[in-house]
Amino acid sequence: MAGHAARLLRSLVVPVLLLAAWEGISLAGWVTPIILPAPTAVAARWWAYLAPLEAFDPAAGPWWRWALSGELPHDVLTSLMRIAVGFLIGGGLALPLGLLMGARPRVYELLNPLVQVLRPIPPIAYIPLAILWFGLGDPPAFFLISLGAFFPVLMNTIAGVRAVDAIYLRAARNLGAGQWTLFWRVMIPAAMPYILTGIRVGVGVAFIVVIVAEMIAVNTGLGYRILEAREYFWSDKVIAGMITIGLCGLGIDLGMSRLTGRLLRWHRGVEG
Amino acid sequence: MSAPAILARGVRKVFTAGGREVVALDGIDLEVAPGELVCLLGPSGCGKSTLLNAIAGFSLPTGGELTALGKPVTGPGPDRAMVFQEYALFPWMTVERNVAFGLEVAGAAPARIAEVVEGLLRKLGLTEFRDRYPKDLSGGMRQRVAIARVLAIDSPMLLMDEPFGALDALTRRSLQDELLRIWSELKKTIVFVTHGIEESIYLADRVVVMTYRPGTVKRIVPITLPRPRDPSSGEFNALKREITALVMEEQARHQADEVHATAD
Repeated sequence: MAGHAARLLRSLVVPVLLLAAWEGISLAGWVTPIILPAPTAVAARWWAYLAPLEAFDPAAGPWWRWALSGELPHDVLTSLMRIAVGFLIGGGLALPLGLLMGARPRVYELLNPLVQVLRPIPPIAYIPLAILWFGLGDPPAFFLISLGAFFPVLMNTIAGVRAVDAIYLRAARNLGAGQWTLFWRVMIPAAMPYILTGIRVGVGVAFIVVIVAEMIAVNTGLGYRILEAREYFWSDKVIAGMITIGLCGLGIDLGMSRLTGRLLRWHRGVEG
Repeated sequence: MSAPAILARGVRKVFTAGGREVVALDGIDLEVAPGELVCLLGPSGCGKSTLLNAIAGFSLPTGGELTALGKPVTGPGPDRAMVFQEYALFPWMTVERNVAFGLEVAGAAPARIAEVVEGLLRKLGLTEFRDRYPKDLSGGMRQRVAIARVLAIDSPMLLMDEPFGALDALTRRSLQDELLRIWSELKKTIVFVTHGIEESIYLADRVVVMTYRPGTVKRIVPITLPRPRDPSSGEFNALKREITALVMEEQARHQADEVHATAD
């Protein structure tokens, strides 16, 4: 128990020192708040950004709706919704295609050259086309996010299916499994470690792309908010937004990691 | 049940490896009676696993005639259940799910599946391990699960490809005894591939000694010792001496071939 507390304390040393130095620099007035606002100012701004704009009124609705009525919760939910929609489209297309390409060499031969050419193009390079094709608003954002999620899921799914040990297929066929059972009950679970890696990477890319897409095409969400704050020289709000983005990213990654751990209980060498 | 469980007539198998043709099996004539326990014995490269895979239908012969239970072998099927040396358990399924797999695939009723699985878990001493995943089991336990998994589909025939080869000597002996117990209880036909001379004499009704490349039947040695057999007995050791001499001739050819291949 004492060891645990000591470890926790040690892990806080560097962040606390850095914050103290940062606060000291700001208090000394060496840099203008526009270049680098004080951490206390960022914290105050973050709280203002998070807090509801109006006083609680029981007549207007339940308390949790009030609690989430601030600008930040709204931005977070908007961005997460875009990630979810974009990821479901991109991952939803990539998964069956990857399974097919992994399981059928013919399909692989047919599509792999195209995939190899398109894959290295960063989704961000599609921004001009996305705006030309879909205009402004959510559709180009969904397009870019799904594109970002598509390739990691696709490539990992293909690799996963191709890496399925033939002995499992033999054993299943020997026990009387038909093509359909082989596919659903052997190939997909056997490829699951790879598929989940692809999903994790895909969600990560979707998270990067959503911020960029919101800076370009829409006027809501975390990406838009920090760009808007810059126009007003609200550096404290920019940093508050960045911290929020970081926390969301951390939350998503932790969630994915727990999901992976749960789904791969059977697997060797899964990190907790 | 006068039809043989397995009937091979002039079975031949040719592989093409690196542009060269390798005759793995040639002129195999073998008849296995229903309920018989036959061991295929020989050094590596003698085609014993190839013959087993041909019977299983994973890799069909290129010539000759091969029937199982009176029907020509055209592909794998649950009437010829295979136990692999590498266990080949599905690592994403618990012990219980692994054992249930064959019955689920066959569309058996859930109540029936539960009953059969329960019985097999008990029979093989796996009840406490039912919710474990294969990665958490020892090699011996995994092979028990693999045996339970094929017994679940109640195949009349078990094909076993060096199933105990990776186990330590004590675990191997206890699984051999377990297999004999199951075999005498369930009257399965078993074809058991091994390179263990003692193992083959301990288990088999007949030991089929195979030649090294091309794989042919060198000699079929009937083992008439009553079970349980005592590996330290005189008769056992006489058989061991006889069979060892046969196998070592082939092992010598195998080694000469390897030396030759290195010299190339």
